[in-house]
Amino acid sequence: MQVGSGTLSLGHDLVAALFGRAATQAGGGFWMPVQGSTGAAAVDRIFDLILWIAVFFFVLIVGLMVLFVVRYRRREGREDAEKSASHNTALEITWTVIPILIVIAIFAWGFKAYLDMNVAPANSYEVLVTGQKWKWLFTYANGHVDENLHVPVDVPVRLVMTSEDVIHGFYIPAFRLKRDVVPGRYVRIWFRAVKTGEYQIYCTQYCGTGHSDMWAKVIVHEPGGFERWLEEASDFLKRMSPAEAGERLYRTRGCAQCHTVDGTVGTGPTLSKLFGHQVALEGGKTVVTDENYVRESILEPQAKVVLGFQAVMPTFKGHLTDQEITAIIEYLKTLE
Amino acid sequence: MAEAHGGHLAHHFDTAEQQFESGKLGMWIFLATEILLFGGLFCAYAVYRSSHPEIFLYAHRYLDKTLGAINTAVLICSSFTMAWAVRCAQLGRRKALVRLLAATIALAGCFLGIKYVEYEHKWKEGLLWGKRFHAKLEQPAAPAVAPLVRTPSVNPEERSLIAPAAEGPRGLAKPGQRPLWETGTGGPPKNVQTFFAVYFTMTGLHGIHVIAGMVLLTLMLLRARRGEFGPAYFTPVDLAGLYWHLVDLIWIYLFPLLYLIR
Amino acid sequence: MATNNPVFGAGEFGAGQNALGGDNYLSHGHGLKSWLLTLDHKRIGVMYLVSILASFFLGGIFALLIRTKLLTPGSSALMDANTYNQMFTLHGAVMIFLFIIPGIPAALGNFVLPLMLGAKDVAFPRLNLASYYMWVAGALLALLSIITGAVDTGWTFYTPYSTTTNTSVITMVAGVFVLGFSSIFTGLNFVVSIHKLRPEGMSWFRMPLFLWGLYGTAIIQIMATPVLGITLLLLIAERALGVGIFDPSLGGDPILFQHFFWFYSHPAVYIMILPAMGVISELVSVFSRKHIFGYKFIAFSSIAIAVISFLVWGHHMFVSGQSNLAGMIFSFLTFMVAIPSAVKVFNWVATMYKGSIWLATPMLYVLSFLFLFGIGGLTGLFLGALAVNVHLHDTYFVVAHFHYVMFGGTVIAFLGGMHYWWPKMFGRMYSELWGRIGALLVFVGFNTTFFTQFVMGSRGAPRRSYHYLPEFQSYHQLSTIGSYLLGVGLLVVAVNLVHALFRGRPAPANPWGGATLEWRTSSPPPHDNFTATPVAGDPYDVEAWAFDRQLGGFVPRAGGSGS
Repeated sequence: MQVGSGTLSLGHDLVAALFGRAATQAGGGFWMPVQGSTGAAAVDRIFDLILWIAVFFFVLIVGLMVLFVVRYRRREGREDAEKSASHNTALEITWTVIPILIVIAIFAWGFKAYLDMNVAPANSYEVLVTGQKWKWLFTYANGHVDENLHVPVDVPVRLVMTSEDVIHGFYIPAFRLKRDVVPGRYVRIWFRAVKTGEYQIYCTQYCGTGHSDMWAKVIVHEPGGFERWLEEASDFLKRMSPAEAGERLYRTRGCAQCHTVDGTVGTGPTLSKLFGHQVALEGGKTVVTDENYVRESILEPQAKVVLGFQAVMPTFKGHLTDQEITAIIEYLKTLE
Repeated sequence: MAEAHGGHLAHHFDTAEQQFESGKLGMWIFLATEILLFGGLFCAYAVYRSSHPEIFLYAHRYLDKTLGAINTAVLICSSFTMAWAVRCAQLGRRKALVRLLAATIALAGCFLGIKYVEYEHKWKEGLLWGKRFHAKLEQPAAPAVAPLVRTPSVNPEERSLIAPAAEGPRGLAKPGQRPLWETGTGGPPKNVQTFFAVYFTMTGLHGIHVIAGMVLLTLMLLRARRGEFGPAYFTPVDLAGLYWHLVDLIWIYLFPLLYLIR
Repeated sequence: MATNNPVFGAGEFGAGQNALGGDNYLSHGHGLKSWLLTLDHKRIGVMYLVSILASFFLGGIFALLIRTKLLTPGSSALMDANTYNQMFTLHGAVMIFLFIIPGIPAALGNFVLPLMLGAKDVAFPRLNLASYYMWVAGALLALLSIITGAVDTGWTFYTPYSTTTNTSVITMVAGVFVLGFSSIFTGLNFVVSIHKLRPEGMSWFRMPLFLWGLYGTAIIQIMATPVLGITLLLLIAERALGVGIFDPSLGGDPILFQHFFWFYSHPAVYIMILPAMGVISELVSVFSRKHIFGYKFIAFSSIAIAVISFLVWGHHMFVSGQSNLAGMIFSFLTFMVAIPSAVKVFNWVATMYKGSIWLATPMLYVLSFLFLFGIGGLTGLFLGALAVNVHLHDTYFVVAHFHYVMFGGTVIAFLGGMHYWWPKMFGRMYSELWGRIGALLVFVGFNTTFFTQFVMGSRGAPRRSYHYLPEFQSYHQLSTIGSYLLGVGLLVVAVNLVHALFRGRPAPANPWGGATLEWRTSSPPPHDNFTATPVAGDPYDVEAWAFDRQLGGFVPRAGGSGS
């Protein structure tokens, strides 16, 4: 429920927030989004416990503080403090030891849940996740690369993740799952989705201009749905015309982040009316933007940089097949 | 109120002793910060050496142990002349103090000269850090396991004098793992430039501190010539000496860690 | 500037209760040079105060601009994504390195520490002045980077983004490096002062707790800042020379940067909070008219916090790819470091028990602190728990948490300390009415701004986001309204204090009835601090002072010697 939807429901929310459960599978609570995975419920239980403890101590401290301000207020005839001890070793030890025990309990539970989060079951379905500025790409077992994470419900899924450039943060709030992806190494997390639907993926490690645009979705399919989707999606090069396939590749494989198709200038030149013209390059030369040029720009982007732009495009060598590059070229030809 | 010849009791101190002790404490704290500054680099060294020992084992042979050893001796001598100089300041022996400070500075200059020779060699060979590395690397050395060979003194080929065991100690290696000096492909290990990144940052930062020390000691020398130091006031020389000893100490750690890896 | 308060006997107070119009450190020597080349810790403290408050104002402007942009979730005409990214980076860097790290030690500590020791100055006055100029140089370099290509890496400068972005990282990082020296030398000065300049009768356990706080802080400044120094040098070397130490394609490790960076930056947050806790210890005792409760535990907890703070840096990296073992150790120690802070809070509340609570402006800040730092500290429990941290890391929950402890903790205590020591520093009382209004506005504005961010964060809103999903818009709008209110509150505070400089009632030597030594000299103090060196007693013997209605301040109780 959103704040501001009525004072009464706000009051109800506050009570629920402080004393109710963080969230459920059915819907999000005050504090948390919906519980989309088995791991989410575990995290929420610990969150609730800590919330209870925090509220208790907060009410205790502030309550006593307010009580003392009222009760012992300085006023006419009461300018001085009453006589009382300036220390009490037994009390001080007690209020040191009890919090220690409480935090050890919180620590232990948090640690256990963390270990569970990090050890994937043996029969997990594996998806490769790649973070790059500014797009998440998901590579499935059959080699298909997609811009969203599709998974079957109730099946443990393991993500093997890396970054192409800088550190990104892979975050699925509904699954309470997050891991930084680092260039030069692979990291692994896993989850088991419990509810079909769509859930948000964010990037949480600042990575440049498009950091807050680096969104994707987890799409949890009902039984059988995932396999159907995968088959259909993988076939797009065969099913679609080259130009249509090229448009899809443009949208889903990280081109759209920097190159527009409507004429506005982004990090890279606009692709509208790009194909088949002379353009000036950094360094004084000119070139005709034909098929060879486009192919070279995708595989070796630093070779010929258009005048007025920075040499920041990453290479797609190894990420796009020749067939895919051809499809993109065909798409560009339609952007006249 | 004790006034020293050339010295001066600051108004916020009660006694000269309090002032001297405060200065000493302050200097030791400053030295602690220097240790922590280098500590970060020693930490980076430890991290990279433990994760890629083969790089260190291979690349350190490009350092000249002899020059390194000479430099170590030079710095140790300079610490000796420095300590002697402090003693002369305490005793009020101005001429000796000046000469010893000059000797310390000269030895420091000698250190930097030798370092220049070493750096120049690396530069010419392209044995540089990270992006600048462009050397032609030779094959790794022969394995260190060898038949019992007794060489009288220095062990130039790093062969162990201990007869090889039937099966060597396992150490941190996993079973089946190749010995560290073998890199599988038979060529030099990958990322040799990592060693030189560590080498140049550590010796470079140390070198900057040597230069700073030379400037500091020159200032001390000029003040000593003017007769500012004597038994009642020698604090600056004392504190400069502490700094110089630390600079020496850091090199004494750097030398074996970089030059004498086995 | 004639004072119309009676001179109170020639004894300890020398020139009298109030020294405006007479000989005081402000009137001792005139002209720009007498300030720029001063060796007087009080003048240096005032210069720091002005400089860091200017930095706070600058950082605050960035904050208000950010919050204004965040009223809408999409692109904004106000600023584009790049500008936004630069703005949150600068907000963080300016607030942390120019304002809050020097913060209480440089601005208040420099002024008060020698006075509390009954001393004439800090151990190394020339080093003190040099520290100030290092601050200036570092600040200028850092601000120069705004013009040459404002940094957009976030104040944390994570590699490989910081080694590859084409903004002026080197200039900014060089500025921070120089600022680090200012911090180290201030800490060095304070440690030696506390060791060597304590007067006869002031053993370690007869020292005011503010000094214990400054001591713990100084230890951290000395030990941790050099590690930041080497980290920044390596970052510069990486960018300028391609050293490759953090670059995976050259055999380096980008996570190594994070370890180095947080090894300093976690203890740094205790540099921020320990002096603040020291201020609260002073204030809660004086304004409850009662001896501090549990002196020894509070003193030891300052040291415990300083030591344990070095062992918890990995809790910033639970999702970065540490081993499970490292995660476990850091989580455990993080919970341990919370305990001394909790103990202090209990001690402060216990001090109020059976006291005579005086709700003057500084005390309102104490109450604010207990409320706000309470929330800040308790939300740290969520972040220390490994499994929960995975969900909350890098969301607005973390942003709210650290603003509650840094602003709700340190800045609130700083404001309380300023209101407490303002009469001593400048010889003027400010308007109590406007002081209380300011405190209240700041409290309400702050909570409105930042409590909503806890909820946003736990619901999944990532931080450092120019664009956000529309579901978070009402939270952002509420937060922005709060930030404007907070800004107004701070403005009221500033105007009240500045107005007092010109129109405030002349202050007596001890307007609040404190028992520490700075209250035993005139307001403002003379150049040499004391006309007669006071004898140190129990720094919390506030009951030895009684309020004199005619004077409008406290005097030693009849029959007692005020010690």
